[in-house]
Amino acid sequence: MSERQIIDARGAFCPGPLMELIAALKLSAVGEEVEVLSSDKGSVTDIPEWVKKVGHTLVTTTEKEGYWSVVVRKAK
Amino acid sequence: MAKNILIVGGGLSGTIVANGLCRQLSKELRDGKVGITLLGTSDQHLYQPGLLYVPFGRIREAELFRDQRKVLDRRVNFFIDPARNIDVDAGQVTTQSGKMHRYDYLVIATGSRIMPQTIPGMAEAAHWFYDLDGARKMRDALSAFEGGKIVVNVNAPHKCPVAPLEITFMLYDYLKGRGLWEKSEITYTYPIGRLHALEPVALWAKPEFDKIGVKYETFFNCKEVDPAARTISSEEGVSLPFDMLITIPPHQGAEVIGDSNLGKGGWVPTNPKTLHREGSTNVFVVGDTTNIPISKAGSTAHFEADTVIDNLVSLVQEDRWARDYDGKVFCFVETGMNSGTYVWFNYTTPPNPGPPSQMIHWFKLAYNRLYWLSARGLL
Ligand SMILES: Cc1cc2nc3c(=O)[nH]c(=O)nc-3n(C[C@H](O)[C@H](O)[C@H](O)COP(=O)(O)OP(=O)(O)OC[C@H]3O[C@@H](n4cnc5c(N)ncnc54)[C@H](O)[C@@H]3O)c2cc1C
Repeated sequence: MSERQIIDARGAFCPGPLMELIAALKLSAVGEEVEVLSSDKGSVTDIPEWVKKVGHTLVTTTEKEGYWSVVVRKAK
Repeated sequence: MAKNILIVGGGLSGTIVANGLCRQLSKELRDGKVGITLLGTSDQHLYQPGLLYVPFGRIREAELFRDQRKVLDRRVNFFIDPARNIDVDAGQVTTQSGKMHRYDYLVIATGSRIMPQTIPGMAEAAHWFYDLDGARKMRDALSAFEGGKIVVNVNAPHKCPVAPLEITFMLYDYLKGRGLWEKSEITYTYPIGRLHALEPVALWAKPEFDKIGVKYETFFNCKEVDPAARTISSEEGVSLPFDMLITIPPHQGAEVIGDSNLGKGGWVPTNPKTLHREGSTNVFVVGDTTNIPISKAGSTAHFEADTVIDNLVSLVQEDRWARDYDGKVFCFVETGMNSGTYVWFNYTTPPNPGPPSQMIHWFKLAYNRLYWLSARGLL
C-alpha cells in the first residue's frame, strides 16, 4: 500500500479542509488513505457527513492538541 | 561566476518575480553577477480576471492581452520555450526546443489549468469562462440563449474562489437585462456543504441568492455529464437537468510538474512559510502550482511573489533569509454588475468581508487596469 497522504489544513480558511480532501481524493487510487489535519471543529462533522454521502470510508477522527485529525479511505 | 536565477512560467507570479528581481538587483545585473532568465509559453500575457467579463461582451478581447516582452523588464532573458523537464537534483531545466538551462536558484511559477476532460461528458456539454476559447463560446451560447435552466457547477480544486459566485450574480443581472429571467432558472452547485469555501462569504451569499431566486445544491461534486440527456450528476447521487451548463472545471497544475515527478496532479509540495519546494533550498514555488492549502488567486500569487523576491535578493546580496510568507490572500468579490465587496485573511487572521458597495465595484474595475502595473512590479 502506498504511503498515507497528509494534508495539513490547520489555519486554512479557503478553500478549507473538506475542499482539500475532495481534491486530494480525486488524485488518489481506490483503497488509498488521506489524513486531514484541521483546526476547524466543523471538519469533525462536515467531513464525515460528506464521506457518508459519497460512500468513502471514514477510518478515524481523533482530537489532538488544538486540532483534529480525520482519516478517510477512498472507496470508489 | 554569475548566479543564474531561472523562472519557469511567465504568468502573474513569474512576471512579478522577474521584474521585482531586476529592480532590486540592478547593480548585480549591471556588474554581471546575476542573470535572470524566464521561460514562458507565449509572447502574449493574458489578464485572466478579465475573462469573467467576456461571456457578457463587457470587455474587448484586446484589453485582455499585453505583449509579454513589454510587460517584462528588458533585463530579463525571456525565451518562449516551455520547460519540458525540471531536474531539481541536477539543477537544470530542459525545454521544448531541447535547450538546457542550469540554475543556482529556480522559481517554479507554472500556474494551474482547467481539466474538463477528467469528467465524462463535461468537455462536450459544458461551457466555461476560465480560458479565452471557452469564454468566447460561452458568450455565443449566452447571446443565443432564450431562457431555460442554467446550472452553474463548481468543482474542486479551482483557482479564483470568488469567480463562481461572481459569474452567478452577473448571469442573473444579464438575464434580467435581456428580459429572460422570468423564463429562466439558475441552480448553483458547490462541492462542500455551503455556498462558498469562506464561511462569511457563504453566509452572505445565501440570503442574496434567496432574495433573487437563485437555487442551490450543496455537497455536489460532478461525477459525469450526459450531453444527450442534458443532465449533470454528482458523486453524492443527485442529478440535475440543464439547458445550459456552466462549469468551473476541476484544475490541475502544469503538465511539466507531473512529467518531472515534482508533484501529484501538478501541485508541488511547498513549505507554506519559506515557499521552498519541500526537499530543496534553492527551488522556490509561487502561485497556483503550490500545494499550500490556500486560495489559488492572483493576490496569493502576488504576495508570495513579493516574499520570494525579498528572499532571493537577500540571499544574493547578503547570503541571509529575509522573511516568511504569512499566508495573506485578498479578493475582490463582484456581487452584481454594479456592486462589489472584498475579503482578506492570512494564516492566523480569519476573513471578514464588509457590505457590498458600488465604490468597491469601481475599485475592482480600476484594479483590472492596475493589474499591468502590479505585473510590472510597480504596485
Ligand atoms: C476567470 C478568472 C478570473 C479570475 N479572477 C481573479 C480575481 O479577481 N482575483 C484574483 O486574485 N485572481 C483571479 N484569478 C486567478 C489568477 O488569475 C491566478 O490565480 C493567477 O494568475 C495565478 O498566477 P500564477 O503565476 O500562479 O499562474 P498563471 O498566471 O496562470 O501563470 C502560469 C504561467 O505558466 C505558464 N506555463 C505552464 N507550463 C509551463 C511550462 N512548461 N514552461 C513554461 N511556462 C509554463 C503558463 O502558460 C502561464 O503563463 C482569476 C482567474 C480566472 C481564470
